[in-house]
Amino acid sequence: MNELSLYILDLVQNSIEAGATFVKIEIVEDLENDIFLISIEDNGRGIPKELINEVTNPFYTTRKTRKVGLGLALASQLAKDCNGKLIIDSSENGTKVKIKLQHSHIDRPPIGNIVDTLLLLVCGTPDVDFVYVHRIDKKEFVFDTNKLKSALGEGVPLNLPSVQEFIKEELSRGLSNLFGGANFND
Amino acid sequence: MIKSIQELEEIRKKALEELEFRKQQGEGIRIVVGMATCGIAAGARPVMLKFVEEIQKRNLKNVTVVQTGCIGLCKYEPIVEVYEPNKEKVTYVKMTPEKVSKVVAEHIVNGKPVYEYTIGYEENKEANK
Repeated sequence: MNELSLYILDLVQNSIEAGATFVKIEIVEDLENDIFLISIEDNGRGIPKELINEVTNPFYTTRKTRKVGLGLALASQLAKDCNGKLIIDSSENGTKVKIKLQHSHIDRPPIGNIVDTLLLLVCGTPDVDFVYVHRIDKKEFVFDTNKLKSALGEGVPLNLPSVQEFIKEELSRGLSNLFGGANFND
Repeated sequence: MIKSIQELEEIRKKALEELEFRKQQGEGIRIVVGMATCGIAAGARPVMLKFVEEIQKRNLKNVTVVQTGCIGLCKYEPIVEVYEPNKEKVTYVKMTPEKVSKVVAEHIVNGKPVYEYTIGYEENKEANK
């Protein structure tokens, strides 16, 4: 995992597993205070209180298919490596995972291809609503599947080929503006 | 964030046509990509995107790509399962974007699974080592 966008893809899978119908992914790059914050908030069933200290243990998993669960373990390691911390708030109404990293830390991975991550989430789980907010100091980019659904009208699923193409363009353009013109399609 | 209303209207029209086609055709092909930590680390993201891209490019209206959690065979990731109505499921292992092109061309379009990418082939190979 050498991109933050892959950690995000991975952690959102937990939200989907937990039956979430809404996931908010927020990235705040606060350059002045040297903070890179990733937060993933969902309305899934939450993590039971007695397990909250177990979730970062790589040998703990709720799945039955194998004995290891690495998602949050890797996220916790990432935070340790980058002079940051992992904060998990959970109740039966949902979970919020925050990964706080030192922005300028030599070991902080780049954001990577966040367009690909979002595209897969939106197309691969069309029943889940996603909001993506990315702030760099005072600039902000927001992508909201709910808005897109109402713009397209009722009953148009977001995993149709023509819609996917549109989403990809939308994301690439928005993020490229945010990053000051960097091109995502290379 | 949204383009011009006119553009959106065009996309909407196209999308509704695609939707109508899906409804008429009944259940189509489902491609499921394993997207747990192991899958992601093994490169499932580019694999799934390649499927999405190929399906767009070839205008295959009746094929959907979805993701799922852990399929339980980490050493074979990235794993892709292809479900066709009234046919046995085909499980592809150790997928790469290059392999995806072949799977789409031979299996999805022409209905002939690519045997040398399947889990059966892989397991035989390991048994005969």
